[in-house]
Amino acid sequence: MEEDVETRKISSSFLRDHSYATEADIISTVEFNHTGELLATGDKGGRVVIFQREQESKNQPHRRGEYNVYSTFQSHEPEFDYLKSLEIEEKINKIRWLPQQNAAYFLLSTNDKTVKLWKVSERDKRPEGYNLKDEDGRLRDPSMITMLRVPVLRPMDLMVEATPRRVFANAHTYHINSISVNSDYETYMSADDLRINLWNFEITNQSFNIVDIKPANMEELTEVITAAEFHPHHCNTFVYSSSKGTIRLCDMRTSALCDRHAKFFEEPEDPSNRSFFSEIISSISDVKFSHSGRYIMTRDYLTVKVWDLNMENRPIETYQVHDYLRSKLCSLYENDCIFDKFECVWNGSDSVIMTGSYNNFFRMFDRNTKRDVTLEASRENSKPRAILKPRKVCVGGKRRKDEISVDSLDFSKKILHTAWHPSENIIAVAATNNLYIFQDKVN
Amino acid sequence: MFLTPVVPHRPFYNLDTMFVRGLKRKCFDGEEDIEGTLAGIKAIPSYNLQRQSLLDMSLVKLQLCHMLVEPNLCRSVLIANTVRQIQEEMTQDGTWQMINTQSTGQASLDRLVSTDILCRSSREQAEGKHVPGYGTFSKDFEGDQAQDSSETMSTASSVQAPRNLQSDVWEMENPQENKGNFQKSLDQIFETLENKSPNSVEDLFSEVDNSYYDLDTMLTGMMSNTKMGHCDGLETFSSPTTTTSNSNCKSDLNELDHIVEILVES
Repeated sequence: MEEDVETRKISSSFLRDHSYATEADIISTVEFNHTGELLATGDKGGRVVIFQREQESKNQPHRRGEYNVYSTFQSHEPEFDYLKSLEIEEKINKIRWLPQQNAAYFLLSTNDKTVKLWKVSERDKRPEGYNLKDEDGRLRDPSMITMLRVPVLRPMDLMVEATPRRVFANAHTYHINSISVNSDYETYMSADDLRINLWNFEITNQSFNIVDIKPANMEELTEVITAAEFHPHHCNTFVYSSSKGTIRLCDMRTSALCDRHAKFFEEPEDPSNRSFFSEIISSISDVKFSHSGRYIMTRDYLTVKVWDLNMENRPIETYQVHDYLRSKLCSLYENDCIFDKFECVWNGSDSVIMTGSYNNFFRMFDRNTKRDVTLEASRENSKPRAILKPRKVCVGGKRRKDEISVDSLDFSKKILHTAWHPSENIIAVAATNNLYIFQDKVN
Repeated sequence: MFLTPVVPHRPFYNLDTMFVRGLKRKCFDGEEDIEGTLAGIKAIPSYNLQRQSLLDMSLVKLQLCHMLVEPNLCRSVLIANTVRQIQEEMTQDGTWQMINTQSTGQASLDRLVSTDILCRSSREQAEGKHVPGYGTFSKDFEGDQAQDSSETMSTASSVQAPRNLQSDVWEMENPQENKGNFQKSLDQIFETLENKSPNSVEDLFSEVDNSYYDLDTMLTGMMSNTKMGHCDGLETFSSPTTTTSNSNCKSDLNELDHIVEILVES
């Protein structure tokens, strides 16, 4: 498939739209499953919505790849911790799919404190003809039962059920920012601001603490964990990023508590760019292994960087996401935008990376051609099967036609969460309460 | 309202009005005009002013952080590090000592410590509304619990005044200010920020002699009618049209919402 992002034509479909959107409808995470057949979103209201890709049909070839709602369920409810007098939000922070083992699908969803394992399965038959109950499930009068019959399974309309299978609670004092399924498919980790825990899928009442950066004296706290992920192939290896812009790679074979990292990735600070905001903008908001496992991608406020696992002292590639904001950092600090946590994703072949920006813009960088493109997820440009036009932000001086000036960017419209289909050029972009799905133009 | 930014005349989301060049040390520009709101203390170079404003802004953010039981830790730590960095730099280049010895400097030091000015919108000051409850947060900050509300109020107004008037006012006001306040307040902030004990909200409010009722009143937009009942106040809060209009507050409704929820829950 053509990898050149700039010339590629992208058609779009528009899935989720509430003109009466509330805070609870804001999408807080997006994730494709391992085949790309399903796409899960989580929102601030604690709901998980799963979309399924429509099967290709011969008479409507242009409809290939459209995603329709498959299942919706309430994953987390708002809770109140009476012991701490603390409200626990229902907002879904992350969703991770487990590799499919049978007809059912499994996914992990987490809010600030509790991880849940959900089973999503289909049912198209139901048992009929019980002896002791009638069709509505009420017990029958024993005196009326005169004969025995064998219950049978009868076909019915397809029903998708989501059932909670495990609840992993009470292991995090701080807010969970990441969950990651291990390549052994038996364990996963959950990371909060100061600790990372390792869980077995079968065991909910205990977990192993594998990283703990909480200082004995909390007044000395100057750094927090911002994201963590397992290596895609080596089940003993994981990375975590910090608010100081560093990444630590740990090997669980060395010791039970991975306090000492195996590798430490850090780029020396450029003295010419130093400011009071240096540390804040270098804080890493997302870390992702490439599918190959050879590279790590990190997103900080202004850039996205690609690191080679074999080189710790600097990234091999640095891409500017919105460098024009460098002169606006104080305002962005004042209105708290500087703390926005942008995520980043790889395409299926690790050759293109994508991440979000403001004004409903998102960026793609082709690692081979070094070309980049800015696209916009908006209702106006996203009529079904419309083609996305690249956008340009004008820096300084004259503004050309079709360009937008830095000052007219809308900082309340931000694209924090995106996902890329594991093998095809289909992307999902969450813009506040709307989910946009774009794909290569189908001819 | 207490969410008003440090320089109250500045629109919250306007990117043009302040620090267009960012705060890079290399970008020092003596001519830079910061909206004229700080014209009263032009003697200090603009870099220092910017740094001071950034420090003020950070302290407000930290203060808001520690009002929450569980603030966003990453954000709090990053802000706290920024404050530490500014403090370190000010100590190194001697600005800190200068501030402590000069009377105009004393003004900015007070401004920094007295967070109650941040609790007021400029419009309300202009209208001269008397609002009980304003001073409550500053007490927590200054560690001065003996002061009663009205006294704090007068300090608040005087702190605000020199921005537009001459700095002479400072000589007359409050001669016995505690010079250790800054360090103390910083420590308090860090402590509260890092204190994860379940009681932290109670701790915070226990230093405040006003009841939750007053906090509610304060959060509901400083109604001039202070006899309003608890629920009335909340209703007023939920319908922004009836509150004392201040566009700055709306941008932070969510945060406020959260605070109010906590208050109601507890």
